[in-house]
Amino acid sequence: MSFLQIVEGPLFYIAAAIFLIGAIWRVIGIIKIGHKRDLAPPKGSGKVGFVAGNLRHFLPRKIFAKRTWVHIIAGYSFHFGLFALLLFAAPHIDFARDRILGFDWPALPRWGFIIAAQFAFAGLIMLWVRRFSDPVMRLISDWDDHIGSWLTFLVMLTGCLALQESHNALKAIHMLFVDVWLIYFPFSRLMHAGTFFLSRGYTGATYGRKGMTL
Amino acid sequence: MSAVAQKAVSKFLEFIDADIAAYAESCVHCGECAEACHFYLATKDPKYTPTYKLFPLVKAYKRHKAPLSGLKKMLGLVPAEVTEDELREWEPLVYDACTMCGRCTLVCPMGIDIAGTIRKMREGFVAAGIVPEGLSVAAANAERTGSPMGVTLKALSAQIVRQEKETGIKIEIDKKGADYMAILSSMEIMGYPEIIGAYAKLFKQAGVSWTISSEAFEATNVGVQIGDGKMAKMLVQRIVDAAEKLKVKHVISPECGHAYGALRWAGPNMVGKEFSFKVVHIIELLDQLRREGRIPAGEKDGRRMTLHDPCQLIRRGGLLQEPRTLLDDSCSDFIEMEGAGIANLCCGGGGGVSANERARELQMAAFAQKLKQINDLGDIDAVVVPCANCRTVFEDGLDEFEVDLEVVGLGELVAETLASK
Ligand code: SF4
Ligand code: SF4
Repeated sequence: MSFLQIVEGPLFYIAAAIFLIGAIWRVIGIIKIGHKRDLAPPKGSGKVGFVAGNLRHFLPRKIFAKRTWVHIIAGYSFHFGLFALLLFAAPHIDFARDRILGFDWPALPRWGFIIAAQFAFAGLIMLWVRRFSDPVMRLISDWDDHIGSWLTFLVMLTGCLALQESHNALKAIHMLFVDVWLIYFPFSRLMHAGTFFLSRGYTGATYGRKGMTL
Repeated sequence: MSAVAQKAVSKFLEFIDADIAAYAESCVHCGECAEACHFYLATKDPKYTPTYKLFPLVKAYKRHKAPLSGLKKMLGLVPAEVTEDELREWEPLVYDACTMCGRCTLVCPMGIDIAGTIRKMREGFVAAGIVPEGLSVAAANAERTGSPMGVTLKALSAQIVRQEKETGIKIEIDKKGADYMAILSSMEIMGYPEIIGAYAKLFKQAGVSWTISSEAFEATNVGVQIGDGKMAKMLVQRIVDAAEKLKVKHVISPECGHAYGALRWAGPNMVGKEFSFKVVHIIELLDQLRREGRIPAGEKDGRRMTLHDPCQLIRRGGLLQEPRTLLDDSCSDFIEMEGAGIANLCCGGGGGVSANERARELQMAAFAQKLKQINDLGDIDAVVVPCANCRTVFEDGLDEFEVDLEVVGLGELVAETLASK
């Protein structure tokens, strides 16, 4: 078995299993901690608040945007770019069809891929540079934040290098980083992708019961 | 781990529910929350970043309670134990530098409720006996008299007699079967007793039957401020007992931010049962009476006024519209600050900060942010502050910065602008 076959075969499946089981375990683990029933008579609905809180926090508030615009732009740019690449890059769709789902969907044209990649890289680099240049972020960041940024960066970088799919070695390196990223994910802060809805939702529910949307 | 640290960590773990777990898991260390916190805005010191204030609690969670922490511990990937030194280092951040105002939640992309988490985190500090002196004195007073300022029934009675003389209206104490039982904050009784007269005038006009209990007249809940669940429960229980004894249908929470949250939103959870009465905030009640036509508005006050939104009433209390409706009727030149309502800045003295002498300098720096918000409006004659605690913070701050601005309570303003019968 070649190196490429290992990293996109057995190692990938093991990594994907760790990713899935670990992430689900962690989300369920949080939910299972539970909370006490709120005995105060509500003014609004907690369930509506859960959803409203989730949606409201997608939109930055104007009063703060003056101060946090770098994060808003970098954050959206990185996340949209990343999701566009993940879901619509032609090699990813082929991989999903051949190895997981059995069907495919339209891919981004080459120029679309390049634009998405530029947004993703620009956003990620901006956020990462701020992590050590901004005094607030420097104080609160830890090794987990840096490893998460670096791993994601390397996955994206090797992915771009492997785009031509002409060199198996480049593709194998990309897949290796993908596998490492998948294994690292459930143990790290990358998990925010799977827990943010709880965090926003629980606060939303608390405020929803008070008749407020924060 | 030292016995002191152990006590704090055990309490942290006891109080970490799914909400706090989700917050600890989701914080991406983006630091945006700093830009909403008046303590950071005033000092630009990164240690005042809201999420940083939670670090010891998050550490304890990650080491002991987080899903997969067992596996991570085996691999040496969990944070170290929280130490006593660390707790002592964090104590001023937890007590002096957080008013539990909840503004940071607005900007946080994860919607993390820092204020609510700090409230629970303080339980750990109380258990470990690591609390600021000013607050321990207030707590000892409350333990003794039920009031953080040690206000006695005698003092209240004297104020009531004075207000009866002022208004010519009799105020009945311990009236069984009254519809409403009013409670007051220490600050109101000692600093702004006119509010008692205002209640008398408004309720007489509206035909509301009301009373004040001689056993539970104090609304301030220092237990909630300091983070002492046992004391908070005891103070709520007093009110519940008195309300049940007098068989009232409603308890009126006064113009005091945290007292409202303590009784209306946390109260039933503290005593472990639903109340037999409804908790209504005085602003809510006045708004309702106004809508029912029972306290019609008369001539408006012509001064140029703005409204300070007490965090625990508005952002964290849910009373967003009511004060505004009342003000529209009472004031002909009303103007809103930037971020009015949900995003308004805290006065800097909530959450027990104003009772904590050590925090004074920081509190004043935070108040300067609030003052700037008001100054940005141009010429203002008066600011309406519907919370007695915020009101003392305002008066103190305006004095400190030598600013000539009147501070008025909302209840009094509504009483003053009532249509004469
Ligand atoms: S709750 Fe208010 S005072 Fe506390 S950290 Fe957040 S913004 Fe600052
Ligand atoms: S804004 Fe929210 S996610 Fe960002 S550092 Fe603050 S608490 Fe964490």
